[in-house]
Amino acid sequence: MKSVNSIDKSMAQDAPTRKSVVCTQHERFLGGSLLHWVGRNSIWVILIVCLIGFSFGSPYFFTVFNLSNILVQSAFIGFLSIGMTLIMINGGIDLTVGSTLALCACLAIGLQQYGLVVAITGALGAGLLLGFLNGIIVVKTGVHSFIVTLGGLIGIRGLVFVYTGENSLSATNMSFMNFGMISIGPVSLIAILFLVFIAFAQWALSRTRHGREAYAIGGNRQAAENAGVKVSRHIVINFMVSGLMAAVAGITMSTQMGAATPNLGTNYELWTIIAVVLGGTKLQGGAGALWGTLGGVLTLGVLRNGMNLMHVQPFYVLVLLGVVLILALIVDKQFNNE
Amino acid sequence: MTANAAQAAVSAATEYVLEVSGVIKTFPGVKALDEVSFDVKPGEVHALVGENGAGKSTLMKVLAGNYKPDGGTIRHMGEPVRHNNPLEAKERGILLIHQELSLVSELSVAENIYLGSMPLKSFGRVDWRMLNEKTNRVLKDMHCSFRASDIVGSLSIAKQQMVEIARADAFHCNVVIFDEPTASLTDQEKEALFETIRKLKAQDVGIVYISHKMSEIFEITDRITVLRDGKTQGTMNTADTDADDITHRMIGRSLDSYFERAESEPGDELLRVEGLTITGLIDDISFDIRAGEVVGMYGLVGAGRSEVAETIFGIRKPDAGTIFWRGQPQQITSPKAAMKLGIGLVPEDRKGQGLVLGMGGRDNTTLPLVNELNVFGFMQRGRETALFDKYKKSLQIRTTGPKQPVVNLSGGNQQKFVIAKWLATEPKLLILDEPTRGIDVGSKSEIHKLIARLAEEGLAVLVISSEMPEIMGISQRILTMCEGRLTGDFSHSDVTENKLLNAASPQD
Repeated sequence: MKSVNSIDKSMAQDAPTRKSVVCTQHERFLGGSLLHWVGRNSIWVILIVCLIGFSFGSPYFFTVFNLSNILVQSAFIGFLSIGMTLIMINGGIDLTVGSTLALCACLAIGLQQYGLVVAITGALGAGLLLGFLNGIIVVKTGVHSFIVTLGGLIGIRGLVFVYTGENSLSATNMSFMNFGMISIGPVSLIAILFLVFIAFAQWALSRTRHGREAYAIGGNRQAAENAGVKVSRHIVINFMVSGLMAAVAGITMSTQMGAATPNLGTNYELWTIIAVVLGGTKLQGGAGALWGTLGGVLTLGVLRNGMNLMHVQPFYVLVLLGVVLILALIVDKQFNNE
Repeated sequence: MTANAAQAAVSAATEYVLEVSGVIKTFPGVKALDEVSFDVKPGEVHALVGENGAGKSTLMKVLAGNYKPDGGTIRHMGEPVRHNNPLEAKERGILLIHQELSLVSELSVAENIYLGSMPLKSFGRVDWRMLNEKTNRVLKDMHCSFRASDIVGSLSIAKQQMVEIARADAFHCNVVIFDEPTASLTDQEKEALFETIRKLKAQDVGIVYISHKMSEIFEITDRITVLRDGKTQGTMNTADTDADDITHRMIGRSLDSYFERAESEPGDELLRVEGLTITGLIDDISFDIRAGEVVGMYGLVGAGRSEVAETIFGIRKPDAGTIFWRGQPQQITSPKAAMKLGIGLVPEDRKGQGLVLGMGGRDNTTLPLVNELNVFGFMQRGRETALFDKYKKSLQIRTTGPKQPVVNLSGGNQQKFVIAKWLATEPKLLILDEPTRGIDVGSKSEIHKLIARLAEEGLAVLVISSEMPEIMGISQRILTMCEGRLTGDFSHSDVTENKLLNAASPQD
């Protein structure tokens, strides 16, 4: 939990150690501690292995330019994965993120005729509202979020086509387009924004009441309700965070491209889930952290970029990514079952 | 309100911590609580007993704020209360300790105790230092051996229960309701729990104690209130009553006898194990069972009893030793092989291992027979229903029909379906692991009778149980286990509680 330590070192010592149950039992053996760090953070080990491998594989890989490029490319899935991690810790899932990203991107560009402020607020507001609707339907009806957001995935994509009439939209505001190009040193502002958001979210998850209650709801919802945790409100908030993050991803993506197409973000919900699961968050809820999610997001980015640089054919890239996902989860299971 | 009435309320406050009067709770089609009244004094342990479905859990949930009553009043410290949720009840001072513990295993002890009301700093940040300090103080009060930062999932069940009880101290509760607290505890853990309950008593906490186990009720409680069909059947001082009277009130009739022993003469040897060993679990186990014999296996939780059963049933592979079936050595490498010989195992965890809860009684009964009951992959519904009807009748299972999901049945009826399922395979030897755990008195007695009847029909039965009266009441022969070894083999005629307990306790 490096990100946490750097923010609040003194507090970190008081906080309970956040590991799976299996690990705490084994922790007593000092000799096994490195192995357990590896077990808990297997995704970071995989990431490092990939980084080393691709560095040997392509001379263009381990360059400042390429690495910062990977960071920007990963940022969009990254934004989505923040909300997804929170919802998955609750034991839910949000399949609307890709469609919401597209709608917000189109709004951010389409509303520019009314001024930039209207465009940005409109896009962020739409994301929040869609998240709110997802959440409220999930908690009020008791239908599983998988089904609710599966409907949302299709319906919102439909809205995008209604709004754009199947046309791509181009940005007219120059400062909007410039935003996507801003970088501090070699690092793009969008990437920095992502890192700041994910660090903040990790801090909130491990330090705030809302964060701790997220684990309680995913771990044992009945116990959380018995203890007086406002479960419904909590879940709605997390869906709103997810909607907001999808809006941020949509807006930043459209600033970078200077345009938005109605097909933007197709299948992004799948990539996001893959990144979050690779990062160690459990689909059944109760466990996970954004520290791992960051590792998952970066690993996906590195794999795609590295294979591109090594001229792997695009379709094979997909096949290999599928294989890697399954292998990573098998390795993770092996480690955590011991 | 007149001055007199106000005065009465105040004086009542000094006498009772909790008064329930005329509480009604109706669910669609059922009157779960019908004018229930009882009261709890400070420093008293008050037992609430009744068969499953008598209304105990509904009453508990009304007291703990999960349900709102439809009528009647609940007074806490003399003041009428109406909580909207469990947190309000807990903050008022009424705490429910759930049977299926209400804890989040991924979180720490401190977070679990203060879940829903953690001490905060600005911006919703958890005040870890304060949280852990407060928790450690509570844990020290209660002489707990674990720390505030331990993850709950890594603690034993008994310790997890202490975490729940610690909430009483943390929230200064003066009414604590225990729901079947000893259901998954060993005898030693139970003693530790009773010690804690006595400590709470000494602090003038009023305790409501719900249990099926008569021995416990007479050991720990001061008064007993009996519930039947949602109505109170009287409150007695524990000292002035006995188990027969309580049972009589609970079921509205006398039980002929609690336990029934099979009167069959054991026949030929069916199963013999010699030197069965699994390193670290069981050590050099040898015994035999004959046809028509009921053999009890007693021991503390963790003594290795279930492991022996699982080895005979082919779930575990022995490191050494031989299993003889009708005198022939056998390699039982899988449950399937065991079933083929004629061995059935009713596991301890009927919800997890024995039943598919969402499925109906018929499909559960015929689950082990899917291979026999199909023609080219199509199930023969008629034969399935016939089997279901047969066992429903012979085991007196109360269910509305073959399709009623077993999840909606009481524990006793669920257990009967698990037994039905194994009887359907027509076994020669049936191993029952804790067959009456968590089942009400009436169903328990029915299952005991069933075991006796099956043995008289020639079935060999091995019963594993942690309840000494049960083991002594139904077995013809009793084996004891301790720390993986077989420590005794008694005939029912010369066994005493002391002998059993000595044989089952670690000697050192």
